[in-house]
Amino acid sequence: MTDAGPITTLSARQQNWYRFSHNPTALIGTAIVILAVLAAILAPLITPYPEHVGAVVNFRARHTPPSAEFWFGTDNVGRDIFSRCIFGLRVSLTLAAVVLIIAVPVGTTLGLVAGYFGGWTETIIMRITDVALAIPPLVMALAVAAVLTPSLLNAMLAISALWWTWHARLVYSLTRQIRALEYVEAAETLGASKLHILFREILPNCLGPIVVKTSLDAGFVILLGAALSFLGLGIQPPTPDLGTMVADGAQFLPEHWWESLMPGTVILILALGFNLLGDGLRDLFDVSEQ
Amino acid sequence: MEFLSFLLRRVGWSLLVLVGLSMVIFFIARIVPGDPARMALGPTATAEQVEALNDKLGLNKPITVQYAYFVGGLAQGDLGRSLLTERAVNDDIRDTFPATFELVFATIFMAFVFGVPMGVVAANWKDRWPDTAVRLFAIFAAVTPSFFLAILLQVLAGYVLGVLPTTGRLSPDVVYTAGPTGLLIFDSIAQGRWDVLGDAVRHLILPATALAAATTGQIARITRASMIDTSRQDYIEAARAFGVPGWLRLFKYNLRPSFVPPLTILGLEFASLIGGAFVVELVFAWPGMAAYGIRTILQKDLNAVMGVVMVSGVFFVTVNLVIDILVGIVDPRVRIRGKRT
Repeated sequence: MTDAGPITTLSARQQNWYRFSHNPTALIGTAIVILAVLAAILAPLITPYPEHVGAVVNFRARHTPPSAEFWFGTDNVGRDIFSRCIFGLRVSLTLAAVVLIIAVPVGTTLGLVAGYFGGWTETIIMRITDVALAIPPLVMALAVAAVLTPSLLNAMLAISALWWTWHARLVYSLTRQIRALEYVEAAETLGASKLHILFREILPNCLGPIVVKTSLDAGFVILLGAALSFLGLGIQPPTPDLGTMVADGAQFLPEHWWESLMPGTVILILALGFNLLGDGLRDLFDVSEQ
Repeated sequence: MEFLSFLLRRVGWSLLVLVGLSMVIFFIARIVPGDPARMALGPTATAEQVEALNDKLGLNKPITVQYAYFVGGLAQGDLGRSLLTERAVNDDIRDTFPATFELVFATIFMAFVFGVPMGVVAANWKDRWPDTAVRLFAIFAAVTPSFFLAILLQVLAGYVLGVLPTTGRLSPDVVYTAGPTGLLIFDSIAQGRWDVLGDAVRHLILPATALAAATTGQIARITRASMIDTSRQDYIEAARAFGVPGWLRLFKYNLRPSFVPPLTILGLEFASLIGGAFVVELVFAWPGMAAYGIRTILQKDLNAVMGVVMVSGVFFVTVNLVIDILVGIVDPRVRIRGKRT
């Protein structure tokens, strides 16, 4: 206690940042997400065998166990699994990004509208979310893949078509609480437009929970996309996809364990990263758990 | 009386959800693809064949009339014919649904039997190592892809250790004809076939574990949060002041209201549980409805797909209805307010 100094007061924001930056799991999550995004962007530069993303055949090196030459081993046609995993991140991250870019704004807007206006607007919007909650997203994506063609785009659209409901419900319940606060009443009395009240007065106070949920969701969308491609209904070969690689490698288990285990672990770590990040963001935005 | 009106409102809500679901499925199956008859017959079919199938299926009628037919069929419990199996979709689902039902209920059973005690332990030793262990388990359970976990369990328990069967519901050498419910556990007990019961349970363990992991973690987390929340209530403090022993406080006064949030979470999570069943059934060659759904989806068998989605929806709605009733029993306040907290 040599340096007592004057008592400094930290703003709430500084306190939250302090908690976030001293939370090891949050930092691990942040590191995983940043590394994954960088690796996906720089994939052609950092992978040892970028040409192995295509329909390359290298039979002499097939089923090679992990080594210094092939870090994650090779698959049944001799392609480097490490290179394919790094390229596979691109598909997973694109899927999560597109789904959330569609689902979060749509869900947020509908939740705001339903929560603020109430009445029949609320009834219609919230009944629709009830219906959507009864449909498993995986089944929806499967059904859409069945009637259209299995592709990454269709999978993204099918998942987005259901995913907004979770955000609508979240923002709806937040808006209902915030709507009753005095500052909103003050804005109404001052004659602010509905648009202003929704997006300038209420929305900023919903942002914390939305960001936390979005980060957690990114992990779950990635898992969902992986499950879809595991079933053969995601992006079509030869584009490397982590779920497809797990499925392809599974037939060579347990002998050639790396072919399924490595891409599976990459999915796990990626989802873990977003999950830990989301948990850490709770601290940063001061969002209490449930 | 209050409970009755609460029930009626909930049943009405469920029916509304099912009507909405039927519209969504109808939209996907009939409007999105353009020409279902052409799709069913494939590119080699002649225009006459397509026309004939259109007539047969009523596809050249106005869309509202078609929807009326579809809902009329649903109301009578008729899901049409499957193009893949050339049987009534009803029969296919009747044959496959019990397997899925059994798997899902084994999963829910496991999730509660393991999840709730984990939550209680974590809450009781808050911020110490049991809490950390439960939190780590919950995180890893949530982020492990269910298909990956299924494969790992299959390889580890099945091939490497060789202790548990890895495919199907029964061993091939077990001679058994399906009983009235199609649920092996119930039927075998009713018939006194203990060998079948043992075999069925052994087959259930791996797929149910793969499916239950994520939900178990969720339930553990929610139970923990809710136990901690409840333990701060005044009446717990009052019980302590009256000298009620710790274990009684924990189990009688603290645990009972803490059951509500895990039940509610289970209801919300149930849809993704059914989704997970699609993957897990495929890995373990489980002869259930989800596996049937995947096969028919790959064959573009629209009636069967619509049937599977609709039955999944009914399953979801029914389970949520049962959960709401359970919550109403556990927490009487819910019955009066009529809303889940």
